[in-house]
Formats: sequence, C-alpha cells, structure tokens
Amino acid sequence: MKRKALLGALVVPVLAACSAVGAAPAPTGSAASGAPGGSITLVTHDSFALSKGILDDFTKKTGYTVRIVQPGDAGTLVNQLVLTKDAPVGDVTFGIDNTFASRALDEGVVVPPSPALTAPAVKDGAPYRVPGDTTGALTPIDVGDVCVNVDHAWFTAHHLPEPASLADLTKPQYKDLFVTESPTTSSPGFAFLLATIGTYGTDGWQAYWKALKANGVKVDDGWENAWNVDYTAGGGNGQYPIVLSYSSSPVDTIPKGASAPTTGALLDTCFRQVEYAGVIKGAKHPAVAAAFVDFLLSDEVQADIPGSMYMYPVSSAVTVPSDWAQWAPLATKPISVPAADIAAHRSDWLQQWSSVVLG
Amino acid sequence: MAAPGPSSRGGHRFDGAPGTGPGRDGRGAGPRAPWSGAAALRRSGVAASGVAPRHRASVLVAVAAAAVPLVFLVVFFVWPVAAMVGRGFVMDGRLDLSAFAEVFSRPRTWRIVWLTLAQASLGTVVSVALGVPGAYLLHRCRFAGRGFLRAFVTVPFVLPTVVVGVAFRSLLAPGGLLASLHLDGTFAAIVAALVFFNYGLVVRTVGGLWERLDPRAEQAARALGASPWRALVTVTLPALAPAIAGAASLTFLFCATAFGTVLVLGGLRFGTVETEIWVQTTQFLDLRAAAVLSVVQLVVVVGALLVAGRARARNERALQLAAPVSSSHAPSLLPRRGRGADDLRALDRTAAAVTTVAVAFLALPLVGLVVRSLRTPAGWGLDNYAALSHPAGALPVTVWEATLTSLQVALDATVLSLVVGGLVALVVSRRPHAPAARRLVAGLDAAFMLPLGVSAVTVGFGFLLVMDRPLGLPVDLRTSPLLVPVAQAVVAVPLVVRTVLPVLRAIDPRQRQVAATLGARPARVLRTVDGPVALRAIGLAAGLAFAASLGEFGATSFLARPDRPTLPVLVYRLIGRPGPETYGMALAASVVLAAVTALVVAAFERVPRVPGTVV
Repeated sequence: MKRKALLGALVVPVLAACSAVGAAPAPTGSAASGAPGGSITLVTHDSFALSKGILDDFTKKTGYTVRIVQPGDAGTLVNQLVLTKDAPVGDVTFGIDNTFASRALDEGVVVPPSPALTAPAVKDGAPYRVPGDTTGALTPIDVGDVCVNVDHAWFTAHHLPEPASLADLTKPQYKDLFVTESPTTSSPGFAFLLATIGTYGTDGWQAYWKALKANGVKVDDGWENAWNVDYTAGGGNGQYPIVLSYSSSPVDTIPKGASAPTTGALLDTCFRQVEYAGVIKGAKHPAVAAAFVDFLLSDEVQADIPGSMYMYPVSSAVTVPSDWAQWAPLATKPISVPAADIAAHRSDWLQQWSSVVLG
Repeated sequence: MAAPGPSSRGGHRFDGAPGTGPGRDGRGAGPRAPWSGAAALRRSGVAASGVAPRHRASVLVAVAAAAVPLVFLVVFFVWPVAAMVGRGFVMDGRLDLSAFAEVFSRPRTWRIVWLTLAQASLGTVVSVALGVPGAYLLHRCRFAGRGFLRAFVTVPFVLPTVVVGVAFRSLLAPGGLLASLHLDGTFAAIVAALVFFNYGLVVRTVGGLWERLDPRAEQAARALGASPWRALVTVTLPALAPAIAGAASLTFLFCATAFGTVLVLGGLRFGTVETEIWVQTTQFLDLRAAAVLSVVQLVVVVGALLVAGRARARNERALQLAAPVSSSHAPSLLPRRGRGADDLRALDRTAAAVTTVAVAFLALPLVGLVVRSLRTPAGWGLDNYAALSHPAGALPVTVWEATLTSLQVALDATVLSLVVGGLVALVVSRRPHAPAARRLVAGLDAAFMLPLGVSAVTVGFGFLLVMDRPLGLPVDLRTSPLLVPVAQAVVAVPLVVRTVLPVLRAIDPRQRQVAATLGARPARVLRTVDGPVALRAIGLAAGLAFAASLGEFGATSFLARPDRPTLPVLVYRLIGRPGPETYGMALAASVVLAAVTALVVAAFERVPRVPGTVV
C-alpha cells in the first residue's frame, strides 16, 4: 500500500511530464515482430543494406521474415560471433571479410550450409573462397577493392603529374598530399596496411611507412573523416588531393550534368576485399539460414549490391551499373596477403604500425 | 493556507502550519488538533512512543524503494559487465590475473591512463568554469530568449559524436574557418569538443538548484556589508557546491568515456582507456587486455566519484529554497543605484560575457553543420532535407520514421529512468542516523553513477553474453526491442539522480519530521513536502534523461534492431556510406535531431507547478 503510494507519487509527475510531448506515440512494446512463418536473424556489419522490398521477397519465398542485428564493423561482427558462440544471437551472418575470415573459421562460428547451396553464382564465387576452408563454411558474396584515389581536377589545376603506385606516394613532390585511415580503427585502413605488406613484404613495409610518415601522410580515424573533411574532392574544404578509398569511389564524383568523374582510383594500389556469408553454428533455423545464403547469391540481390553496398557482385549473371563498368573497374592485379598470415600476425602488425606511425 | 513549503520553515510558525493530523484532509483544518504545534515538536524530541513503529515502517519502505532500482542496476549493468570482465580473467576455469602485469608493462598503457585523466580533468574544469556562470544567467536571471537559450545549450549533448567531430574538424582543419588557430589534431581540440558536449549538462544540473535557492541568505550577507563577490563566494557558491560537485562528476565521467570525439579529433595518438578497450575488444579480441583496462577504468571512475562525494558531503545541507520566479531578476547590465550596485553589475556582466562567449563557441560548429547541410552537389538548397522523406541509399527506413522510433524509445527510457532514478534520489536523500546505513546510502548513490563511467563496448558485449536467457527466463532479450530503452535508461538514471537529488537533499529534514510528527504517513510526507519541490527538478531531469536517450548511441548500436534504427544510429550509418548525397543527408538528419531535442527539452521545462503551493 505504501509502496504503491510511493510509486504513484513518482509516476504521477512522470506522466505529467510525458503529456508535454503528447504528440509522441505509444511505447514500443506493442510493436509486433515475427510473421506467421517465424523469423531468422541475420548478424551483419553496419554497412549492410539492400533496397526496400528485397528482403520481403525472401519472406514470400520461405515464409520467414529476416531480423537484422548490426553490432558494428566487420571486426566487431566477427568478435561478437566468437563471444556468443555458446548462445548465438542469430542464424546467418554476412559481412565477414577476408581479413577476418581465418578467425571466424578457427573459432568454428560458421558451419557449411545444409541443404547445399543451389544458386548458380556459387561457382562464380569459387575463386574467392578462403584457402583452407575445405568444408565451404564461408560463401563469397561480393568483392571490392580498397585503392588510393586521386583528385584529377586538383592535379590538373596544380600542373602536377598524378602518382600511380605506392612507391610514388613517398616522393617529395607528393609531400603532405596523402590522407589515409588508421588500420586499428578502420577496415579500409587495415586493407591499405595489408596492401603495403603484400607489396613490400613482412620485413619491408615498416620502412615504407617510415618514408610515408616523413612525407607527411595524414592518418584519420575513419573513412568519413578522411573523405568529408580532408579530401579535396570530398565536398568539404579539404587540402589533400590523394585519399585512401574504394575503387568505386570515383563514381560518386561525377558532377551533376557531367558524364565523367573528376577523380580516379589508382588500380596498382588496390587490396582486394571479399565478403562472405555463412550459417552460424547453433542456428535455430539452419535450413532457412542456408536458404538465405542462397538468396544472397540470387540475381535479385547480386544486382542490388553495387547500388546499396558499393561492392561488386560475384555472380557473372548480373551486370554492374554502366557508370561502374566505365569508371569503377576492379583492379586486374590486386595485392593480396594470405588469410592465414593475416590471422596469425594481425595484432603484431598493428602494434608495429602503431609504433612506427604514431610513435 | 499553503502546503508546508520550504519557505515556511524560516518563520517557525508551526502552530499555523497546515493540519496534517491523522484522518484529516489537512487543508483548513487549523491548529486546534492535539498534535499541533510546538507541543508535537517537543514530543518528537524525546522520541515519543508513537513515532518508533512509524520509523520502522519508513525504513521498510526505504529498503523496498531501494530494492527496485538495485535489481535494475544489477541485472542490466553489474551482471553484464561482470560477465564480460570475467571472460578476460577466467582462463579454462581458473582465475588468471597475469594480464595485469602484462598490460601494465606496456608504456602505452600508462600513457593512455594519463591522457584519459588529463583530458577528462581539463574538460571538466573548463565545462564547470563556463557552465556555472551560464547556470546563473540562464536559471537565475530573466531576459528575452532565455527559454530558447536553455534549450539551445542542451542540443550539443545529444548530437552524434561522429557528426560533431567532423563538424569540429571542418572548422579546424586546413581550409576551415579556424584553421589559423592550428588546433587540428591537437589535445586542445579534443578538450574543446568535450566542453562543447558537456557545457549544457553543467548549466542544467547547477541551474536546477540555483533557481530554487532562496536569495535572502545572499541578501542578508549583502545587507551586513558583504560585497556581491564576497556574498557569492561565501554564501551562494557553498550552497551550490553539491550541485556543482554533482555536475563535475557527471562531466568527468562523460569526458573519461568519450569515444567518438577522441577518435575523430585526435586519432589514436590521443587514445584513452575507452578507445583502447574498444580496439582491444572489437579489433584484437584481446579480452584479457580489455578486462584489465575495464578494471582501470572502474578504478578511475570510483576515484573520481569518491572525490566528488566528499566535496558534496562537506557542503550538503538543508538550504533555503524558494520559488524560482520570485528570485529571478533581469541581469543588471544597466546602471543601478544603491550600495554595491556597481559590483553587482560587474558580476552580472561577467556572467553575461562568459555565457556569450560560451554560447558563441557552441554555435560555431552547429552553424557550420547547418550551413553544410544546405550544400548540395548542385549548389545550395534544401535538397538534403527533401531527401529525408525517402529511404536513403537502401537504408531500411526514412529519417522521419527513425525520428519517430527515437521518440518512442526515448519516452520509454525516460519513464523508466525517472522511476528508477527518482527512487534512488528519494532513498539517497534520506539521512539515516546509523553510520553504516549512511555509508550504504552513499554507496547506493555512487553505484548508480557507475554506468556512465564504464565502456559501452563492455556493457554492450556483456549484454550479448548474459541476455540470451536473463534470470533463466526463456526469452532472448538480446534481439528484443525492449532492451533498447532499458540500455538507454541505464545511462539516463544517473542524470536524473544528479538533478533531483540536490534539490531533495536541500529540503530541511525537520520539515519532514514535523509533518511526520503531525501525523502524516510517509506517503503523505512525500506528497506534501518532497513532491512539490521535486516536481520541477523532475521536469528538468526528464528533459535531460530524454535528451540523453535521444542521443545515446554506444549501447543502442549493439542492440537496435536495424529494421527500426534510432535516429543517431541512422545518422551514423549515413555518414559512413560513400555517395555524394549521404553526407549531406547525415547532416540534415543531425539538424533534425538537434531541433527535436530542443523542442522536447523546452517542453519539459514547462512542467506545471502544483497550484496552491509556494514553490
């Protein structure tokens, strides 16, 4: 009785306060989820997106709705899967990339899809499989290149030849012109570190980064900071005409009414990223999860990937948008580092990088 | 006759006090009841036999009232954090603390601990130094536009750190408006951003008490010949010390756990314990190092809380509270006549000048943000705002839908945090006689501050570890929409406590004793003594809690179901996406978030006062 009065004394002013925002709708408790057929949960990174309506088609096909959990970047995603191994949050995962693939496989957080995949695009993805993934637990869905980008307009205006290779970036004429992202806080930043390791070897990349540092490289925490603040072509008042971004980025710099972009990607500086999907070990609905991996390889999703996730589909059956074909080709000889090496040396490399670059 | 408002205390006219005798409605009952007046006071002095059982009952009520928030804290904070930290220390079923030696042998560890302390202390000192004059001007003086300014200074508090970081850098980086200051990537830039976020917090928490402070004590000091400065330093500021210490501890916790701000403005060069925990957990999966760092963070936070607690305890006492309106005056910028008028004018002018500088400082990045939200690939225009009605770049919802989700979740979180925080404030505001009970109450107070000082990554991952079957219940809370407001309330509760508690504590306990002696049951004491005074403080607290919930990102991002993301989560996704329009949309969405916050906060300020009370 007293307790009630006590609570009442508190709740009454609370309600009075709430009525001040009478326009605010009722609490979320009533938000019903889960269709009659049930639902599966997709655990993915925070860049996952598909055009409206596409996931509804999966529901139409299978009767299952898709709930999505996006804990953070690819690293956070994999580590969350590892941490929740004993009581998985979801049924299927998308977005583990080749820099984290070994950790996911070593920890056994994904299992081969069962029933086996039927999408024709499975064989298109075969070349991108993780070496050593003998059971096929990770299915390649899309690929993309992380490349150094240059602002053509800036170089033309300053009558300076553009750099073409990683080595060029350490030349005096490009001093204080290059902005990149920290490999400890940014996935493209880590991909670029791997590009330098792939190019200069496990014993040579440290010297390259010393030279980059001496040449005034700027290291931001993340892509949005580098592109929006520091890049000359990023829409702000940036001062750096060379930026670490993606091979697809030039498409975003086509001025309104023009047909050609004002920037380009240096295709000799690219690190190839592959994104995988997999059925989570211990999934409540493993068969539906396998169907979802198949769905990700369907023409419908594969064709949507460039526009919604800025990656290239693995499927050969779909075509990429025409401006992509023209202005954002994939590198013909991307730089690569074996996944097993990445898993073995990741923290070691990052610590070395920190001591070389951050001091 | 008014209810026993605080100001009636000064007159000691107890036999004229409202009759709150047993079984009586009180109003107009008059002093004729046998329980009335000085006789009752005398009786209570010798612990009359009728009082003891009631005392025992009120202890029971207090314990019950403390149990609700405690269960909340243990389930939704202590348990997940312990589970996560435990993962780092328990290897193959054995406790292994060797990680401590390992982590502390790294020079980097000491550097980041030092940097964390330095940036949090500096951020706190500057925020308080600027915020106290602001509290005076915005809560004690009357002038046109005051309501707008009050809402305005709260806005930074809710803005996504990534957006503010980028807005700051756009000003400071080469090519920016303030490039000539050469602050880009410096420690000073980080501190400036921390002040930007927390200034409004100080203004609100200090202003909440200041606006109720009875000016007569200060007036008396002045009448006795003290200069305005002396009266301020010897009378007013000591009276405000609990609120200032509370605001400082809140600010310190927010600064010490700042994440996005530090990363965007300083990169890893100025890494803090918080950023290091994030890196170790999400990138290296080095749970041992993360656990050690979490313990370090806890030690720093508890240390800060102890210091603040001591400062509060030294100064906390019953104050003369008054109605906010009666004590307000227009800032005396114009000449006034009378003794010390020049000094008073100087004081007001100083406050006005400091606040003008502070508001200009807040406005600069915000204006930059608005300006850039109007820039489109084709020139200037409202395109970015028009785009908000469409699901952007394959994101699942429009900005308006996300705004609605945010409002719904924040409303739930606010109600939850007001109930929990209100109960905490209520229990902690009582001063038990037994020293052990006193320490218990102080410990309860500190415990509810902890969630602000512990990394969102630790809490977020901890949620994922333990919420699959919370308390053995067969529900997976981790993907439930219910957990989002709960996670936000965990962060908002300390704000509620710090806003309401100083006001409740300032109520003279003798008032409650008198009411009780006059026969009022605890619930009635609460309603007639605490209630009216607390009501406005609760209004301020609700605004702050709502703002904190609206802006919360860390824990929410772990939990938000992305088919219904909140506005900050959507902004974060937008800003991280390539594409010429998405950045402009992220800024436009941030401006929407700012505007919604300002409106809501302003609305909460209009909490009605109970008619017929003096407060």
